[in-house]
Amino acid sequence: MGLFESLGERLNHIFSKLTKRGKLTELEIKQAMREVRIALLEADVNFLVAKDFVSKVSEKAVGEQILNSLTPGQQVIKIVRDELVNLMGGTQSKLEVSPKPPTVIMMCGLQGAGKTTMAGKLGFMLKKQGKKPMLVACDIYRPAAINQLKIGASNAGVDFFEKGTINPVKIAEQAVEQAKRMGNDTVIIDTAGRLQINEELMKELENIKKAVNPTEILLTIDAMTGQESVNVAKEFNDRLDITGVIVTKLDGDTRGGVALSVKAVTGKPIKFCGVGEKIGDIEPFYPDRMASRILGMGDVLSLIDKAQASVDEAEMKKVEENIRKNTFSFEDFLIQFEQIGKMGNIQDIISMIPGAGTKFKATDVDETKIKKYKAIIQSMTKKERLNPDLIKASNRKRIAEGSATTIQDVNALIKQFEQTKQMMKNMNSGKLQKMLGRNFKF
Amino acid sequence: MGFFSRLVNGLKNTKKSFSEKFKYIFTGNEIDEDFFEELEYILISADIGTETVSEILDRLKAEIKQKKLKKTEDSKELLKNIMKDILNENVAEEFEYPLAIMVVGVNGVGKTTTIGKIAQKFASKKKKVVIAGADTFRAAAGDQLKVWADRAKAKYVAGEQGADASAVVFDAISSAKAREADVILIDTAGRLHNKINLMEELKKIGKVVSREYPEAHYHKLIVVDGTTGQNSISQVSLFNEAVGLTDICVTKLDGTSKAGFLIELVSKYPDMAIRYIGVGESADDLLDFDASDFVDAIFE
Repeated sequence: MGLFESLGERLNHIFSKLTKRGKLTELEIKQAMREVRIALLEADVNFLVAKDFVSKVSEKAVGEQILNSLTPGQQVIKIVRDELVNLMGGTQSKLEVSPKPPTVIMMCGLQGAGKTTMAGKLGFMLKKQGKKPMLVACDIYRPAAINQLKIGASNAGVDFFEKGTINPVKIAEQAVEQAKRMGNDTVIIDTAGRLQINEELMKELENIKKAVNPTEILLTIDAMTGQESVNVAKEFNDRLDITGVIVTKLDGDTRGGVALSVKAVTGKPIKFCGVGEKIGDIEPFYPDRMASRILGMGDVLSLIDKAQASVDEAEMKKVEENIRKNTFSFEDFLIQFEQIGKMGNIQDIISMIPGAGTKFKATDVDETKIKKYKAIIQSMTKKERLNPDLIKASNRKRIAEGSATTIQDVNALIKQFEQTKQMMKNMNSGKLQKMLGRNFKF
Repeated sequence: MGFFSRLVNGLKNTKKSFSEKFKYIFTGNEIDEDFFEELEYILISADIGTETVSEILDRLKAEIKQKKLKKTEDSKELLKNIMKDILNENVAEEFEYPLAIMVVGVNGVGKTTTIGKIAQKFASKKKKVVIAGADTFRAAAGDQLKVWADRAKAKYVAGEQGADASAVVFDAISSAKAREADVILIDTAGRLHNKINLMEELKKIGKVVSREYPEAHYHKLIVVDGTTGQNSISQVSLFNEAVGLTDICVTKLDGTSKAGFLIELVSKYPDMAIRYIGVGESADDLLDFDASDFVDAIFE
């Protein structure tokens, strides 16, 4: 199953025979870049963008010194990743503000990219920042699009403007006038989805732009878009001179090569990402995370952030201390389960781990199982928790009854605990550190 | 920055030179490495995955050798035929009645619009249609579907936003039985295929149909956005795992996208039929799939 093998694994395979240290040779780079190119294409990076990218990176990589801490494969990935990050630009999640209010933001893109939903999210975000935005319904074609935006505005708690289904240019103009009267400092114009080759509708966008002179023109593009993304982005940019890009539906399992393609052909910054269906599911664009994702290395950084944000440092310190002193007990186990629970949906977390997405099934990491385990530990006495050796067969029966589980469940938990404890011991002796160091040093 | 402008220009030029080269190579020249590289470009640009492209090209090379072809023009026809053969293995059969079609897919692919168009197709064949608005999640999804139902003169059974989708399907089935309808179309909320909870909910909705309406010929149709890339494979795979797909519909092919991922899909799922292709906004723009037209479009 070449398709789902990660780039890291494939490169490691290529370089496995190579033990000598030193500089990367041309032949090694050529072999590695073949794999990089495939990884990019599988991520839906446009063919020509991938081709140019690979030749550029190859030039850079020849003769590069392999850092002491890295394998040649890791070194190549580092170069590729750094270059990807570099090309996708820094994090620029700020919206330009017009010196003469209102600031007008115009949304554009293909059908189904998520413009209307994103307009609501932007409104919500700006309101949280203390602005007074107004959403404007200029999609006069899709049935109920106006109503959808209206509901979005009401969910976001922001103002809404509609004026029938006749002339979107007039609607936009009147909305800006109304915003001035009502004191709205930001106007977000939702437009109809359209194909970039539809002359009449592209003309309509040009006319809206001419009429209201937007500060921001944001191209909204679906993260799952294929090779076509370059043509879409190029055409919208040529016609409207867009100011930025929003990539939507990044909560899916797509590798999202569209981000690189779109940036490459327009040169415009990617400002935000849509990451869910709720009104608050909008995030800044992080090029480093995107680079890992495009290369199929999972969203490691997001995972780390998420873990850091939700794990109680003091609690974990205590657990760590006990691990070091080799007094790891069920009490610590319970704390760990609770911390995992705080990080959110376990399946979401798993999906961010490189390679894990396809290897684990929902059944492997069952949240009900963790709930069950917590119940079992909570049915133990304090003494039992601190000294698991005390738990004899008769105690197990009592614990099973107390937690509404079976003796098998209790046994399974105790077994897992013993295994974990053994792993911790290894970790103390430095074995695990070595293990992790080898696999995760990208 | 300099890199970008170079890349943009490069793109333009490469594209131009490629299309010029193609004319050149397809008018009776010798077969060489460039020829295969450029074929690879055409196929990958059509969103056929790298692995499938290698397989197709390997097959082409073998047949060129076997048939002792020398000219690129003949090879191009051969390549087209190879692709058509693969696609023709999954031809959709005529529907049987009473019919239930549950429509699924990720957000924004055009499920609701497609249901509207399917309803009109059946209406023009004088079939009695009931539409179940089981997308109780997206704001105003019901309003949008109601407009389509009215256009097709179909009975529309709706749920409020936030209502239980399975209950809506249950009501719609009762209504279809009472009215002796020929067809029931079920719209479901768009959902990303990697969201376990939402997929579980979909399974539940799907089971209502088999349980409450066992006499119906039950189709489960996935709508895939034609502009999608390789993620289409993951979409079909996970929706299939959840509900057991029978049909595929590809939308938004009136642009310049080619939806070449279908070639991999039909090889992977021999029992799934490619039912419809959406090529525009009006009801007539939902076409029956034709492998020959489809492949020719990739080489246009």
